[in-house]
Amino acid sequence: MFNSYQENTLRFYQQKCINCGRCIEVCPHGVFAEGEKAVRLIHPKDCMECGACALNCPVQAIDVQSGVGCAWAMISAAIRGKDMDSGECSCGGDSGSCCGGEK
Amino acid sequence: MVSPEKSCCSCSCQNVSSSGICAITSINSTISLKNRIDHFQARWGYKRSNHRVIPGLYKLGNPNAESPVFACANYTLSFDVLRSALNCLDGYILVLDTKGINVWCAAGKGTFGTDELVRCIESTGLSDVVSHRKIIVPQLGAPGVSAIEVQRRSGFNVNFGPVRAKDLPLFLKTGTKTPEMRRVDFPLYDRLVLTPVELIQVIVPTIIITIILWFIVGNMAALAAIVTVLTGTILFPILLPLIPTKDFSMKGLILGFILAIPFAVGYALSQGLPLWAQVTGALVPLLVIPPVVAYLALNFTGSTTFTSRTGVKKEIFRYIPVMILLSATGIIIGVILGILRLMEMI
Repeated sequence: MFNSYQENTLRFYQQKCINCGRCIEVCPHGVFAEGEKAVRLIHPKDCMECGACALNCPVQAIDVQSGVGCAWAMISAAIRGKDMDSGECSCGGDSGSCCGGEK
Repeated sequence: MVSPEKSCCSCSCQNVSSSGICAITSINSTISLKNRIDHFQARWGYKRSNHRVIPGLYKLGNPNAESPVFACANYTLSFDVLRSALNCLDGYILVLDTKGINVWCAAGKGTFGTDELVRCIESTGLSDVVSHRKIIVPQLGAPGVSAIEVQRRSGFNVNFGPVRAKDLPLFLKTGTKTPEMRRVDFPLYDRLVLTPVELIQVIVPTIIITIILWFIVGNMAALAAIVTVLTGTILFPILLPLIPTKDFSMKGLILGFILAIPFAVGYALSQGLPLWAQVTGALVPLLVIPPVVAYLALNFTGSTTFTSRTGVKKEIFRYIPVMILLSATGIIIGVILGILRLMEMI
């Protein structure tokens, strides 16, 4: 109940994994963990779909539709009659912005 | 096709010395008062796109050909947090042109990305400056940087460093990242520094609505408007992990409902009105305040470090209709009560 974050687009094809560990290194939420022959997907629900793992996987064992989880961007895109997924995070524009982190 | 101006990387040589070799700008780790003023302005969203560092190669301390190279965004806050973390260390900082955006957001957009990194490595002549072929890239740059591609195209081996610049000295010493160095968290301070921008974004409509309510409805309604916005933009981020449920909208509805109670009580106790008018009057804040706080709360998803696009989209479809229904009902009741009052029927 009241948890919209139970599912996401992360898919891990373990049979393709060559156990290089790059995904473990780049994931900011500890979604993957070391395994004996292949990496293990341990916390799939914690994935924020940043796409770092899929981009850095040398054998395309990870698939994720990466995007920014920003309601502001998606709602503004929807209001302008555009596809919600095309809603680019407006950070850096002169007008509104959704993020101001220093990292 | 990208237009030439847009595709052009300005990482090229800023100053060419008399010998014709690119002179690398020297910097230090000191954060001056001017830097702090700049950070404060950036935090408040003042001249948002002006907090930029000129892209290119910088040297910190007295680096030699063996010294490490760090990639960075050209947002002043990112650059300053990196150079101050590298206090007393010698190295090079390669500043990418991310249009004044921090590393993580820029990586999500691709401006802190493989193409820009490769282009900057080439245009600054980095391979002539250092003898090694390693570049330390902040881990949060990984959504935009494919280490394999960078290696293939530039010969440089990307080493993803820790999430936080403050962990760099230990990372350099040990050469490994602890699991904590890889994890992103979202502590109170990080949430707090984001609140000014949240508030600034809605300040103009808030002032207008407050003035309108003050003239038409009264002091309490104007106060309710201000408190509602402050709750949604400042109190919500502070209390984020403490409010029950996972969904931001639901958290906002809960917080908004609690906030609405004193205003509802205030209207219920208003003098000289029939009982039915007191009860319906009390319903207005209970119907309007929670969805407004919930909407502001939902908009905070973009600032957080953990919400997925799939989840946020699900929230939008689930809760926006509820928010519209609640607030529209509340506003209609409020308007009817107002009209009846003007017509002196109550």
